[in-house]
Amino acid sequence: MTMKVGSRQVDGVTIVDCSGRITLGEGSVILRDTVRELLGKGNKKIVLNLQDVNYIDSSGIGELVSAFTTTKNQGGELKLLNLTKKVNDLLQITKLYTVFDVKDDEASAVKSFK
Amino acid sequence: MRHGRDARISPSLAVYSSFTSSMAMTEQRVSYTLDSSLETIDSAEEKATRIATELGFGDDEVMQISMAVREGAVNAVLHGNNYAKDKKVTLAFERTGNDFIITIRDQGPGMDLSKIPNPLAPENLLKTSGRGIFLMRSFMDVVEIRPSSAGTELKLIKHVHGPTAGGKEASQ
Repeated sequence: MTMKVGSRQVDGVTIVDCSGRITLGEGSVILRDTVRELLGKGNKKIVLNLQDVNYIDSSGIGELVSAFTTTKNQGGELKLLNLTKKVNDLLQITKLYTVFDVKDDEASAVKSFK
Repeated sequence: MRHGRDARISPSLAVYSSFTSSMAMTEQRVSYTLDSSLETIDSAEEKATRIATELGFGDDEVMQISMAVREGAVNAVLHGNNYAKDKKVTLAFERTGNDFIITIRDQGPGMDLSKIPNPLAPENLLKTSGRGIFLMRSFMDVVEIRPSSAGTELKLIKHVHGPTAGGKEASQ
């Protein structure tokens, strides 16, 4: 299953609903383009909803890190929402759980932005 | 490694006969010669998932094996062969008594193992690459990397647990 994304606005925060696989190739490119487009339009409060992302490889992890740092470097914030167990485990063993702001509830994720 | 007929061969290995295309096969080992392409990476992962499932690994172990194989294939295609059309990736799956062994070879320039950074070091946490070998080591029981000027050979081993270990079911 390839990666699909759809974005929506909730109280000034952009929620990006992702589904499928974030892997080397199309999945990583779609995520990269989506985040760059949002930042280009001035949307700097971003939540990646990964509820339906069932697989991420090391390239996908790298793309999440890139999205995080790119957003931060442009004065924005990027948070992760609704991780599956597999993705959660990956972020734990790579210690990236300490880097990302991970939320499990959309309302609190939206409220958490300054 | 044993070749040819062996009374202890696991019945689960018989499913190897369902494989098609350009594979070379013995009763205990199946190998593929693949292009240096993104399709090879997906194909390697799919093959690993199918064979690990057929060998009776649990869902979590199948995921670990398939992910390790994917990372190995990424390294071979991307970092080893650099997508070169004239360079191939060789992928082999082998079941011995207590081990599931996956070997991935590329035809790249080899790699300097001493230059592989620790992705868990604070200064590397925000790097966008360099986690593939770490993930393989996290998911597999043994990871051996043998670089040479003719290419790199990667061997991934997952120990077989449970009733299928040691080919015991062959006595059925």
